[in-house]
Amino acid sequence: MHGVVDPATVALAPAEEARGPLLNVRDLTVEFATRRGLVRAVEKVNLTLAKGETLGIVGESGSGKSVTSYTVMRILDRAGHIAEGAITFSGIDVAHASEREMRDLRGREMSMIFQNPRAALNPIRKVGHQIGDVLLQHVQAQPGNVKEKVIDVLNQVRIARPEERYHAYPFELSGGMCQRIVIALALACRPQLLIADEPTTGLDVTTQKAVMELVTELTRARGMSTILITHDLGLAATYCDTVMVMEKGKVVETAPAEQIFRNPQHAYTRKLMRATPRPGITLKDLLPEAEAEAGAAPPVAPMVVSDAVPLLKVEALVKEYPRQGAPSAFLAKFTGKAVDPKDATFRAVDGISFEVKKGESVGLVGESGCGKSTTSTIVMRLIDSTSGRITFDGQDIGAIPAREFAHHPLRRRIQMVFQDPTESLNPRYTAARAIADPLLRMGGKDIKGTFGGFGGGSALEDKVEELARMVGLPADLLDRFPHQLSGGQKARVGIARAIALKPDLVILDEPTAALDVSVQAVVLNLLEELKHTLGMSYLFVSHDLHVVRLLCDRVIVMRQGRVVEEGTSEQVLEAPKDAYTRELIAAIPHPPV
Amino acid sequence: MTAVPSAPARRRSSGGLMATLKHAHYVISDNPVTGLAFFMLLVLVLAALVGPFLVPYDPLASNTMAALQPPSAAHWFGTDQLGRDILSRVVVATRLDLAIAVFSVALVFAAGGIAGIAAGFFGGWTDRIVGRICDTIMAFPLFVLAMGIVAALGNTVTNIVIATAIINFPLYARVARSEAAIRRQAGFVQAARLTGNSEWRIVLTQILPNILPIMMVQMSLTMGYAILNAAGLSFIGLGVRPPTSEWGIMVAEGATFIVSGEWWIALFPGLALMFAVFCFNLLGDGLRDIVDPQRRT
Repeated sequence: MHGVVDPATVALAPAEEARGPLLNVRDLTVEFATRRGLVRAVEKVNLTLAKGETLGIVGESGSGKSVTSYTVMRILDRAGHIAEGAITFSGIDVAHASEREMRDLRGREMSMIFQNPRAALNPIRKVGHQIGDVLLQHVQAQPGNVKEKVIDVLNQVRIARPEERYHAYPFELSGGMCQRIVIALALACRPQLLIADEPTTGLDVTTQKAVMELVTELTRARGMSTILITHDLGLAATYCDTVMVMEKGKVVETAPAEQIFRNPQHAYTRKLMRATPRPGITLKDLLPEAEAEAGAAPPVAPMVVSDAVPLLKVEALVKEYPRQGAPSAFLAKFTGKAVDPKDATFRAVDGISFEVKKGESVGLVGESGCGKSTTSTIVMRLIDSTSGRITFDGQDIGAIPAREFAHHPLRRRIQMVFQDPTESLNPRYTAARAIADPLLRMGGKDIKGTFGGFGGGSALEDKVEELARMVGLPADLLDRFPHQLSGGQKARVGIARAIALKPDLVILDEPTAALDVSVQAVVLNLLEELKHTLGMSYLFVSHDLHVVRLLCDRVIVMRQGRVVEEGTSEQVLEAPKDAYTRELIAAIPHPPV
Repeated sequence: MTAVPSAPARRRSSGGLMATLKHAHYVISDNPVTGLAFFMLLVLVLAALVGPFLVPYDPLASNTMAALQPPSAAHWFGTDQLGRDILSRVVVATRLDLAIAVFSVALVFAAGGIAGIAAGFFGGWTDRIVGRICDTIMAFPLFVLAMGIVAALGNTVTNIVIATAIINFPLYARVARSEAAIRRQAGFVQAARLTGNSEWRIVLTQILPNILPIMMVQMSLTMGYAILNAAGLSFIGLGVRPPTSEWGIMVAEGATFIVSGEWWIALFPGLALMFAVFCFNLLGDGLRDIVDPQRRT
């Protein structure tokens, strides 16, 4: 087994492990049979994992990080197969083991935490029973004492009041709690290896911190080895001993966590490092050195933010939803006190007020459920508020019903960039058609004025191509469908559509949350540049304070439908006044700089 | 780039058809069964269009001298009790049977599809009304309901088409409703609202094209069912009346002769029915792969 181990990886493994590493992967190549022939998803990957070690595999989408770990578990798609290489897990040849042997290994010796905890749980079975099933299956409990054992497990993953939660269904629990249940399932049989595939993507930063600390503590206490797959360098830096960076199926760099962040060797690692938002940098710093210098810098002088009339003024905005049986019962469990049955409504937005001045970028920050998306949807006039005033450029738009706003002349002046670039594009529209949609519906006069009639459609085409150029989308991609575009390209289409009518206010609803960091860096810079060229105001809705700071002049922090803190970005991030803001900032993992 | 704005435009319009053909070719070569289904469909369509001009005998001309002859070189499928050539009658019947199926499916696709999308997209009272109509129709045994409708409205081909459409209505309305409801709050629908589309325009340009693939599969499957239903009604003496060539009637007429050994009278129209139903069922899957742009890479 030691014949082909290269010296670099040997140095990383703790010296006291005389019996050799727990997991050893040599020259692993995985191929997928696709319509265009064989595609190599992973090429010549080597990795060594010692007992008790935590390895972080970092890379952007398509880097092969997930495929590598799936191969170790042998749970690849039917289309994928191991083309060459060897995988040894505590002396067992995984690459050639029979399916029967693998079934025995999975769960008992190696187990996995998936990205979406809700999808990993059976939605119609009580979580206590689901954990019980695993314990019974692997003879860790008897039918007589299974409930006690399950409650014991729930205690270990820090679930408060486990006796009650034993009977809860997955939908009654928050995302963070579901992930704890999944961790409980994965660790129930005390495996030696835990593979966590983006375990906290989609969770709030404070929840992420709690979940990651739990995983670290439990695995450390049991001397388990962990592979953490993530796109977040900060997360890898905080929780891993060793970090392996992958790009396009190949390992570009493997080094101890400290070393890789202090002194990255490979150009790609440096690019990733630069693109990760962190304290004390500007937008330009996110781009690779060469591009940051080459790109014609947009006017550095800040735009004239006129103090006189606010563009958007929101006063005492309230949105109530009828409370239904299930959520109120759930909340009663959650808070531990009975909910007044007369209290039949739930306030998603509880009387918030703020202003956006012309040419200003304001960040709306908070964790899921804080009401930031509801607020932005109301301002967008897609849903109606319960009470409160929304004034846009002197006109009370809150009074116009959401249903009628589609035909209102102000519609074109307020636009939005959506969170998920894939979901927000009609799968049956080409990129050009998607960008042209607002022009066709509302751009009539404008196009006529500029191009002299658009019956032939060529003026429209010119306009679409101009927009594509503005957002940096190559013209030859315009006739592609969304599924033929990459995430970054789809984001550009979404932005082009939003700015097509030259709106005054654009609401950015986590526009980069679904993108890789290097793409995020480019898109954020693009948004900043467009803001200056077109003189727009942004309302940036996000959960990530570091990203918000880069783009926004002012930040509003929301919690449970209320504003807890408001101020300039520097103020809020450098000297937060509210305890909740401090907690939020502390929870964001970032690489040591 | 602005100097040649029409160049990509031209490529765009001509590229669409070629891409579709190329994609269809890929799907068919990937799954030979789909190819077979398309071949069967071609046979059916040709029989319906040019069949009546090619058949060797007049399907209605009786010839008592040649009654009840088994399959032979002169009469490949044999002759019936009136001496009519069964091959000619089977081929000529294709046009009527396909027409009934196509028109009833088109009717139910329009009615059920629109009602279902409206129910799923707008919800509220629209949803309740459409839902109760579906429940009412489904409360009856469907074939008995079709019989009742034809008996009440009158014994004509038009009424068979209407009856077949009505009994298939819940299937279409429910599929369209659930598909539209999923997409009601989708990002691209919200985006369409922001760009100033009215609700009905959103239904037509955003929702309908996206649920078309699944409706296509539904259409292909009900097509076979519609043919069976029409034949079934004729079999029990409703709808199409003798001496018109129709598979259902021919099977009904031949059924009485099976006992006495003249099996060919019922067998060949029965096989034709089977061929048609089989063809449309196979077609469903292949069709979905072709019309779904997600499968195109």
